[in-house]
Amino acid sequence: MQRQATPFWNPYLSGIGLGLVLVLSYVVLGAGLGASGAIARTSAVLADRVAPVAVEQNAYFSPWFADGSPLAHYLVFMAVGVLLGGFGSALSAGRVAPGIERGAGASVFVRLGFALGGGALAGFASRMAQGCTSGQALSGGALLLSGSWAFMFAVFAGAFGAAWFVRKEWQA
Amino acid sequence: MNFFEQDLLGTPQAWAYALVIGAAFGFWLERAGFGSSRKLTAMFFLRDFAVLQVMFTAIVTALVVLHVLGLFGWVDVTHVYRTETVLAPQIVGGLVFGVGFVAGGWCPGTALVGVASGKLDALVFLGGAMLGSVAYAFALPSLAGFTELGACGISTLPEWLGISPTWIVIAVVAMAVSVFVFLERWQKARAA
Repeated sequence: MQRQATPFWNPYLSGIGLGLVLVLSYVVLGAGLGASGAIARTSAVLADRVAPVAVEQNAYFSPWFADGSPLAHYLVFMAVGVLLGGFGSALSAGRVAPGIERGAGASVFVRLGFALGGGALAGFASRMAQGCTSGQALSGGALLLSGSWAFMFAVFAGAFGAAWFVRKEWQA
Repeated sequence: MNFFEQDLLGTPQAWAYALVIGAAFGFWLERAGFGSSRKLTAMFFLRDFAVLQVMFTAIVTALVVLHVLGLFGWVDVTHVYRTETVLAPQIVGGLVFGVGFVAGGWCPGTALVGVASGKLDALVFLGGAMLGSVAYAFALPSLAGFTELGACGISTLPEWLGISPTWIVIAVVAMAVSVFVFLERWQKARAA
């Protein structure tokens, strides 16, 4: 039997912690937190292995290859940090456990299919919106940027609007 | 002087700081329970509002601290990287992102925490997000025009609404506190 995982921390306390990390990021780096940028840069490197000419001539990707690797970017290092910090926290709380989270109404196949499709939509959309829930909603929101607030309300609208259609995936 | 202001975000020293800041970011996301796709999506089925509570508290905390530091002249938020507002792609992108969030169970940052916690669905989500990113890069020529629709440059709510930043900060704090009080009462009433 695995040892019992410790409970999650209070959401308001966690929010204060996250908010202070964001302040630190602005004060030290002069840029907010972000996650989707690193994922897009990793995708460029992987796609470059498959179709180097097409990727390096692509208008969106080519600037990332201009001065070396797309991975030579602060957001990539930040994402590596997120992996390490997340792992440290999960490990110390007894929450590292291989598995697939899904509702009773969804098979493993269905759940992973939705994870892939949902990921594709989120990846596409975060490029379109120039950021995700970290870079736009959280980081831009704290600077009161108009587009970040528009993005944030749109995310909630999209998720609430689609929830009914995927209810079986998450059914208790 | 921050790294961005000095044009030094591309230096290994900045990357070292980014790594440490990222680790703190990942730590707090995991502590909040965001290494779980069930917890992340529960809000959209009105079961658990941690996503809203954590997100709004983080925004309000950073907003207030940055505003106060700014009043004392210790931080100048015009000297940090600010994404330009382009309304159409940000609103449409937000809607599509929201669908991807509730269907996929993750957003990019939390999926990294999910992978660190051993979740296979988080890894698959990240694979999907990479496919989506590549798809966007190659779809971009056919999106010409749309990606510039509603471009406002760097736009802040105080400038856009013509209200002083202090009042906007107070309004955002008041809105967040009202939402939290409502949620707490509603959850208590529902549990009873």
